[in-house]
Amino acid sequence: MSAPSPMPADLNPRLVKTLDYTGSERLTMNMGPQHPSAHGVFRAILTLEGEQVVAVDAVIGYLHRCHEKLAETLTYAQYPSIASKTDYVAAMTSELAYVMAAERLAKIEVPKRAEYLRVAVAELQRVASHCLWLGTWCMDMGGALGGGATVFLYCIRERELVLDLFESLTGARLLYGFHQVGGVRYDVPEGWAAECRKTIDLIESRILEYEAMLEDNTFFRMRTEGVGVISRELALDVGIGGPLLRASGVAFDLRRAQPYSSYQDFDFNVPVETAGDCFARYQVRMVEFRESIKIVRQILDGLPEGPISSRPGLKSVAQVRVPKGEMYARVEGPRGEVGCYLIGDGGAKPYRMKWRGASFSNLAVLPHIIPGHSVADVVAIMGSVDPVFGEVDR
Amino acid sequence: MSNLHPALIGLISGGVLLGALAGLVAYVTLLERKFAARLQSRVGPYRVGPHGLLQPIADAVKLLLKEDLVPAEADRRIFNLAPVVFLVPCLLIFATIPFAPGLGVADLNIGILFFMAVSSMEIVGLFMAGWSSNNKYALLSAMRAVNQIISYDLPFIMAALVPVLLAGSLRLSDIAAAQEGLWFVFYPVIGQLGFLAFVIASVAAENRVPFDILEAESELVAGFRVEYSGMKFALIQLGEYAHVLGTSFLGALLFLGAWSGPGPAWLGPGWFLLKALGIFLLITWVRWSFIRIRVDQILQISWKVLLPLTVLLVAATAITIVLRGASGG
Repeated sequence: MSAPSPMPADLNPRLVKTLDYTGSERLTMNMGPQHPSAHGVFRAILTLEGEQVVAVDAVIGYLHRCHEKLAETLTYAQYPSIASKTDYVAAMTSELAYVMAAERLAKIEVPKRAEYLRVAVAELQRVASHCLWLGTWCMDMGGALGGGATVFLYCIRERELVLDLFESLTGARLLYGFHQVGGVRYDVPEGWAAECRKTIDLIESRILEYEAMLEDNTFFRMRTEGVGVISRELALDVGIGGPLLRASGVAFDLRRAQPYSSYQDFDFNVPVETAGDCFARYQVRMVEFRESIKIVRQILDGLPEGPISSRPGLKSVAQVRVPKGEMYARVEGPRGEVGCYLIGDGGAKPYRMKWRGASFSNLAVLPHIIPGHSVADVVAIMGSVDPVFGEVDR
Repeated sequence: MSNLHPALIGLISGGVLLGALAGLVAYVTLLERKFAARLQSRVGPYRVGPHGLLQPIADAVKLLLKEDLVPAEADRRIFNLAPVVFLVPCLLIFATIPFAPGLGVADLNIGILFFMAVSSMEIVGLFMAGWSSNNKYALLSAMRAVNQIISYDLPFIMAALVPVLLAGSLRLSDIAAAQEGLWFVFYPVIGQLGFLAFVIASVAAENRVPFDILEAESELVAGFRVEYSGMKFALIQLGEYAHVLGTSFLGALLFLGAWSGPGPAWLGPGWFLLKALGIFLLITWVRWSFIRIRVDQILQISWKVLLPLTVLLVAATAITIVLRGASGG
């Protein structure tokens, strides 16, 4: 049952950074799986020379819940509510990836209104997820007994507003079960659009406050600029995605490169930064806040009338059947590409399902960028990667 | 009173001061929690007593009842001794502070030197705690502690030298009395710069955000006190807040005219307390607004910026005094 014991870093010369170190011995320090900044259950075995990290061994798997095996035992109607539990900070996007794969395989049409609602919740989810990222990241750098906690509480305050919107839409605050094969499960209640407009206006004004609080703060710049630089080449080699990739100078966003759902109907920018450091990742996400809000506004202005699902009124959970075949569907989650690979066997349950988690691929970059930084930078870099361990371990 | 033995008087006044201090420190934590809560759009402690006024007592009782853990591999004797070694200097700094003319435990003629010397002794307790815990987080924190306290005590002393030069005395009651006409913080340019340097250096010497690298709970979990629980943890906490409060009192005395204020003389201690709490809130405000900076950056700020500037400031003060022919030592 125990996790395989990783090799000590010193035996793995590929990852060890040589420093001009005059001390007599190296210190091996365990950061996680239970650590205030482990972001869940990440375990990093750091090899230190003084305060400098020379090597890091990342250990994952503490939150493994057999998601992919579980998907084989649940029907296409049942699994979307479970899919949300992979990346619980952005539940809407993983649900979307699963139902999109099933719909493409079964060649099921989705009504326009449902497509628009899907994009609306995906973008609101991105705002909520980025709020949580900004808060936890600042708490990593600023301390739970300091200014970091202040930013964290401000961000949580704004995230609550988005969760309130989701609650009035779906009845749930964290794990929604909003998407279903063929459309969405709930239509917007009365007054929701007005409430949503009010919320995004408020959040947009609060983003200005965050920026004033952080970007004009010398200490924040000192902690983030030039820290954890991911070069364009490294980003492409390791295969990171999302804001990390765009902060390293690669203009790749699935919403633009391969528009899915109804993204081709909306006007938005894809922010790109070239510095590749923590500050660039921050900048990219701050622009994404605004772009998401812009997309939600466009949807609220032009939400088409019509049905919300092409398969209304399920009488049995086994009613959705998907023909034999394979399909991969991918969406741009708040952390990068979330993919779902589905093999159907003609029945009501998939033969096999595989997740491609954005955080899982993004974490792989840590051993490349952390060595050479001090312990304090490790938490700043880890926070800027924004991992969610539900999605890493599945 | 006069027929009592002087040693007895010292004992009584020390006891009274310690009792008052423990209560004050407990309520200062409540003040900080309330203040921080308002800053973060929260309410803060509210359930225990009206407006959470009994919260500090509940906290103390809780800590008393907690199990006192000692790690199996810890150096037991040093581990148990460290909180006391840490606490004693933090409380001792109050000994030389006069709370009103003639109202203090010991009005030494080198009062400010005593304060500086004793307050930097807390590092011994800190390092003992970090070393004896036999924990890597605690050890790293102890190493950082030594680095930081050595670096920031110098600018702290330099900043405190400005009022000493202006008053021409090391005795704290003399410094307070010299500000009857003009608080030193209002002394043109020098006073304001000195006060600023004093606040920055005291935040750093107290290990508070943005200089709280010893505690740094997102990196080192809780730093040097990661293994402490129960009453020993409470002692360390008490010592830390006592240190912050002592430095606030010193700041109010050096720059804000101590007990001078409108109203009758018996209001003096009240004014003094108000000013000290004002400085405490200023430090708290800084704490809850900034993020922590890195060890190397902290050292750079101290040695490359703060120390040269404070030395220059002291020299400028001395030159000003000589040129103006003001009271020299």
